[in-house]
Amino acid sequence: MPVDAPSLEARLAARGISRRQFLKFCGVLTATLALPEGYAQKIAHALETGPRLPVVWLEFQDCAGNTESFLRASTPTVAEIVLEQISLDYHETIMAPAGHAAEKSLDAVLANTGQPFLAIVEGSIPTKDGGIYCTIGGKTALSIAENVCRKAAATIAVGACAWDGGWPGANPNPTGAVGVKTAVPGLKSLVNMPGCPMNVTNLTAVLAHFLTFKDLPALDQEGRPLFAYGQLIHNNCERRGHFDAGRFVESWGDESHRMGYCLYKMGCKGPQTYSNCPAVGWNDGTSWPIGAGHGCVGCMSPHFWDNTIPVYERLPHIEGFGVEATADKVGMTALGVVAAGVVVHGVASAIRAKSSPQATHDGSEVPVHTTTKKG
Amino acid sequence: MAKIVIDPVTRIEGHLRLEVQVENGRVTDAWSSSTMFRGMELVLKGRDPRDAWVFAQRICGVCTTVHALASVRAVENALGIVIPDNARLIRNIIECTQYIQDHVIHFYHLHALDWVDIVSALSADPAATAELQKAVSPTWAKASPAYFKAVQDRVKTFAGGGQLGPFNNGYWGHPAYKLPPEANLMAVAHYLEALDWQREIIKIHAILGAKNPHLQTYLVGGMAIPVDPNTQKAINDSRIGRMRELAKSALEFVQQVYIPDLLAVAGFYKDWAAIGGGVGNFLAYGDYPQSNDGSVESLLLPRGVILNKDISKAPGVVSQEKVSEYVTHSWYTYAGGDEAALHPFQGETAPKYTGPQPPFDFLNTDAKYSWLKTPRYDGQPMEVGPLARMLVAYAAGKQRPKELVGLALTTLGVGPEALFSTLGRTAARGLETLLMAEQLLGWIGELEQNMGSGKLDIHNGEKWSPGSWPAEAEGWGFTEAPRGALGHWVRIKDGKIANYQAVVPTTWNGSPRDAKGVRGPYESALIDTPVADPERPLEILRTVHSFDPCMACSVHVVNTHGTELTRIEVTK
Repeated sequence: MPVDAPSLEARLAARGISRRQFLKFCGVLTATLALPEGYAQKIAHALETGPRLPVVWLEFQDCAGNTESFLRASTPTVAEIVLEQISLDYHETIMAPAGHAAEKSLDAVLANTGQPFLAIVEGSIPTKDGGIYCTIGGKTALSIAENVCRKAAATIAVGACAWDGGWPGANPNPTGAVGVKTAVPGLKSLVNMPGCPMNVTNLTAVLAHFLTFKDLPALDQEGRPLFAYGQLIHNNCERRGHFDAGRFVESWGDESHRMGYCLYKMGCKGPQTYSNCPAVGWNDGTSWPIGAGHGCVGCMSPHFWDNTIPVYERLPHIEGFGVEATADKVGMTALGVVAAGVVVHGVASAIRAKSSPQATHDGSEVPVHTTTKKG
Repeated sequence: MAKIVIDPVTRIEGHLRLEVQVENGRVTDAWSSSTMFRGMELVLKGRDPRDAWVFAQRICGVCTTVHALASVRAVENALGIVIPDNARLIRNIIECTQYIQDHVIHFYHLHALDWVDIVSALSADPAATAELQKAVSPTWAKASPAYFKAVQDRVKTFAGGGQLGPFNNGYWGHPAYKLPPEANLMAVAHYLEALDWQREIIKIHAILGAKNPHLQTYLVGGMAIPVDPNTQKAINDSRIGRMRELAKSALEFVQQVYIPDLLAVAGFYKDWAAIGGGVGNFLAYGDYPQSNDGSVESLLLPRGVILNKDISKAPGVVSQEKVSEYVTHSWYTYAGGDEAALHPFQGETAPKYTGPQPPFDFLNTDAKYSWLKTPRYDGQPMEVGPLARMLVAYAAGKQRPKELVGLALTTLGVGPEALFSTLGRTAARGLETLLMAEQLLGWIGELEQNMGSGKLDIHNGEKWSPGSWPAEAEGWGFTEAPRGALGHWVRIKDGKIANYQAVVPTTWNGSPRDAKGVRGPYESALIDTPVADPERPLEILRTVHSFDPCMACSVHVVNTHGTELTRIEVTK
């Protein structure tokens, strides 16, 4: 770590960003992380003074969708300040060197045992047939994940694929694709950030938290940050009022659709999906799926390609919708179904100790955090 | 003689490995290998065809949206659905925005470092850089010495601590870098500007499709974003206005930054107009329907095939029956033997890895060596992508493409033969970006007009219910992804997907050899590429990056059984 790393003041000045704007950004992060207000100062202080943390971003059976999401980091210039707090030493999609020279960059991070680094994993990891369905530099993804993640101070699995295998792992899972938690079992500091892709606002917040507190944010039993995956979409949906009043979209493009009524009848999975999508939005808060007129597909749910699909089929076994209490019932029922074939993977005790047993936001929901096995 | 392995090939999407033979400072042979397989078509089997686009879009997050488009078109083709005009316009706007953003990202963030030496930028004179900026683009505002000084300082502070991050171990100082320090600094400034710009421009996708990447707005039969001037939850005047602002900003950046940079950089690398030619055959399916009649003539970017670099006559007519795929050098097997090519509808699924067990140093390139199949058109290898599209448009006599190509050739003082090269490929991508950025405002205007005149339809729901479908149906959907011709084929039986397959741009371009030993476009283009230092194969990256490889897209398996059905042929 260089001792003469440029100060935040210098970097802010070079960007023409005022101190006030920076503090405002820290306030936004504080809110996203659901921290008490006073923490904005603490985050600001950490970002100002912290050294740059090396990050290794690994891509396996991926589509680079999470990389693209990363490149869309909102609150541009200021978010970059956070990103400049990391040193992205290995990321195949954007790094300058190739081949042996690229491997050299990775080896240097791994060799410097005195310097902690963060691993970010995108894409699933094939385990079938000795892992030959994904090789980089002649090595299997499985062996690379094992080698890198075990040495990392913490690993962040971004996107559905790195969490539970995503669509490569969907039935019939031709390559034995799994997520990091299964490929490299027992990792002590693993954060799972499902979604297809994950939302970069949440990744920025996790990075800021890690840089500020030198620790991971509170996670559920699945290793998902509670601030991002602790609440049901349905409870924060802008169309919730229509649901409660029994106003539903009946067909695409009709008046009910143009008026922005509830998409439940069109197959929306908001009532069973835990995510802060409605609060943070996408692409700098420009919109989000339900806001743009299409139902939620449940992409942050466990094994969603098998469990929340068909896209346009209504959630099952729901009676008397339109009643306030039903929303939670819908979520619980759906997750109950999902949880039928539960396999709870071992999660490190360090994480479990920090997990909240339930979301504390409004008391009306008890998220069911389980790993599920495809039925 | 030395065999160089480049794995991972970086600054691309996905996992590409090149093995290259170098003799006397030149490439004498090359093998292109994809080292990742997922099996999308297998996963799609048995699912609801209306869901297919949600899956298919995830083939690639860089080419987000294009597989969704090809997918809904394939299902609409199978079921005989004609989409409303607003849906056509919204699809064109989304796709066009994708071209602009994706091409710019390719130029600045994936390809530029092949030509631009960041370290050299540190020694540039900011005042001279400002002069250069004014000379190449007189109207671009960010042109002061103070601005370039700030950029230079930013790079210096970044590098000052010794942590170069993603730029560490780059080939800085390589003799193949030819730009003066000031041009390097200008390019670095635009690398950073483009990073901010792309985040903004892509908000058009969020407005119309909720988010990028992986938009959530397609429907079989139309689109899910409503249009209504009188509600808040639909495309209304305010959203049209916002899109117009973004489209203007897109055009401005392309006109005032991308194109001037492209021409300025190209001026220093004219020798690359004679390197990287490739197979000399070009295929374009064409795209951007200007009407809903489904005709080939309605396509703004025309459909056609060019053989042996012959652009003196109109391009040949494309017939999808002439597409076939080999697996002779791919890790798959065909029941009837691996020597014969099969048309996609007769294709078979049988992934079978026969390569070396990892960790390995070299592939056995005499045998099978890639997860890509080898598509051929009428038995010939085909290059697809912006160069193919611009050449087909040029040969078809389309006015604006001809003007743009002519302008670039004149500015650089080179003849049409220069198009068939690494530089030509990179230039064509830029020219196409301008061509498309000029179109975007028009489609937004048409959508506004429809809205104003009460045409609010976004979806044709006649065939939404699976109960309205025939017991069996089959269709295909064509689009032009930023990287080239993309086709999806679907077979539906009893309301479920019986078969699904995609033949995608990078499979065409990055394919291994066919049964006759004929090289694919990457392999062919690399022949004769100079290599000054085998330890730092910068020149090889130039040529392969000029294709804009996208490996996640390209690996698929064909999974078709049974006999061909009578199908309804609709163009799109």
